[in-house]
Amino acid sequence: MNACGSVFKYGDNVDTDVIIPARYLNITDGNELAKHCMEDIDKDFVSNVKNGDIIVANKNFGCGSSREHAPLVIKCAGISCVIAETFARIFYRNAINIGLPIIECPEAARAIQAGDEVMVDFDSGMITNKTTGESFEGQAFPPFMQEIISAGGLFPYINKKK
Amino acid sequence: MGMTMTQKILAAHAGLSQVKAGQLIEAELDLVLGNDITSPVAIKEMEKFDKDTIFHKDKIALVMDHFIPNKDIKSAENCKCCRDFASKHEISNYFDVGQMGIEHALLPEKGLVVAGDAVIGADSHTCTYGALGAFSTGVGSTDMAAGMVTGKAWFKVPTAIKFELVGKPSKWVSGKDVILHIIGMIGVDGALYKSMEFSGEGIRNLSMDDRFTICNMAIEAGGKNGIFPVDDLCIEYIKDHSKRDFKIFEADADAEYEAVYTIDLSKLEPTVSFPHLPENTRTIGSFDEIKVDQSVIGSCTNGRLDDMRIAAAVMKGQKVAKNVRCIVIPATQEIYLQSMREGLLEIFIEAGAVVSTPTCGPCLGGYMGILAAGERCISTTNRNFVGRMGHVDSEVYLASPAVAAASAITGYISAPEELGL
Repeated sequence: MNACGSVFKYGDNVDTDVIIPARYLNITDGNELAKHCMEDIDKDFVSNVKNGDIIVANKNFGCGSSREHAPLVIKCAGISCVIAETFARIFYRNAINIGLPIIECPEAARAIQAGDEVMVDFDSGMITNKTTGESFEGQAFPPFMQEIISAGGLFPYINKKK
Repeated sequence: MGMTMTQKILAAHAGLSQVKAGQLIEAELDLVLGNDITSPVAIKEMEKFDKDTIFHKDKIALVMDHFIPNKDIKSAENCKCCRDFASKHEISNYFDVGQMGIEHALLPEKGLVVAGDAVIGADSHTCTYGALGAFSTGVGSTDMAAGMVTGKAWFKVPTAIKFELVGKPSKWVSGKDVILHIIGMIGVDGALYKSMEFSGEGIRNLSMDDRFTICNMAIEAGGKNGIFPVDDLCIEYIKDHSKRDFKIFEADADAEYEAVYTIDLSKLEPTVSFPHLPENTRTIGSFDEIKVDQSVIGSCTNGRLDDMRIAAAVMKGQKVAKNVRCIVIPATQEIYLQSMREGLLEIFIEAGAVVSTPTCGPCLGGYMGILAAGERCISTTNRNFVGRMGHVDSEVYLASPAVAAASAITGYISAPEELGL
């Protein structure tokens, strides 16, 4: 499985309150919520994002609240992958459980710039910056998590296991 | 090799005699928690499951606390979804208006968590129950849904950081100052994926409410959980609130820690986290006058009885400064009632504060105290991210109830000493 798209770049500690502000948490529909994705730190994100685009950020992406709405709005906005130095742990679990591909790679997170065209190979963990020609070795998921992702999320995985 | 307290609880719930850091395990759960924001998403997710059943009607807690009494039609529909679900599955621990409280204050009070438990909750501050010697951690709605169906959750066994607490805090220093100090020291990702295990003789100088506050904010350092050893004070609390059997786990003497910090509680000062991260801590006296428009005293972090008593001790006979709105939110009906019996509510109201029904309300910018552009709030809550309490150009400063109460009176960020206390 691959992702390929243009990069939106953010810094350290992007929290779930800026990914999707709590004032919208009375909405449960992902596509409706996605209209407000990142609006408190990047009001142009929603109008500029195209299907398949990639978010690259520095450390502790997704810190804060446990709201699953956060990975969900990123996925519903059309983002195909998030690359970061590190992810906050609840966001990491949630992304796997809802099927948003994420990958930890400090070198890629630091080197890749906004607007770069980037390709990610999830099976190998290889990240290629097509704009600069650089490539990086990201951390592929352990087999257990790959099973959840390939099943299509936690529930299909549990159903399959029974 | 020895195990940490957290590792021992996880091993016991996975049916294993030994676990090691990094190992993936499946643990049996004693309780699965959700609130009015996260549960509707979980309930919708459960529709994907083949069977329409839950694992145990007494081991699921649904607490309506974030946007209730309902702030709008969509919130009302979310609560109705939870209410209907609880009724259909005969869930015994469903808490609505009249019985509810802020979930992490309510569950220990109702005796639903005891020492040795393994708990997941679809709320990041579920780590609060570590104060009771339980393993508890926040998850998302899909994990909550899977927990409600199977009674199990997968975990990666964490490593740990040990915080050795010594000494006795001074009069106006409380659990909030301890945890803000720690977050300032190690950063908002200083304990990422790890347990924060507290130990040392200084623990006996911390009340249960102090310990709940400290564990509550483990997530603000990125931690998987925070946990205290079970001492006599903890046992007394559990026996007072629960009829359930509990089990005491202790870390092995040769348990491995990634780091060990010693913290002398007697040296801590009233601490404030500046916008827009909990790690931006400074002590009072190290910054110039910062005027505030609002003071919020409440939340799952600091809405307990100790917090109400401290705030009232500061505000007694005083008046809230002109142009400051002070909002006091006792975290549960029981805390509200006890505060009333002790005359604390009268002190708040006579000072010019308002007292609200239990709700998470302003903490996450839901309602009941939203900030306008350019406004500043001193708050006993847990997060000061951009836009957390309202407008994207507003600011939240995190502090203890003593500091939030004193600041409401003076109109700028202050310690109680400035009032001659």
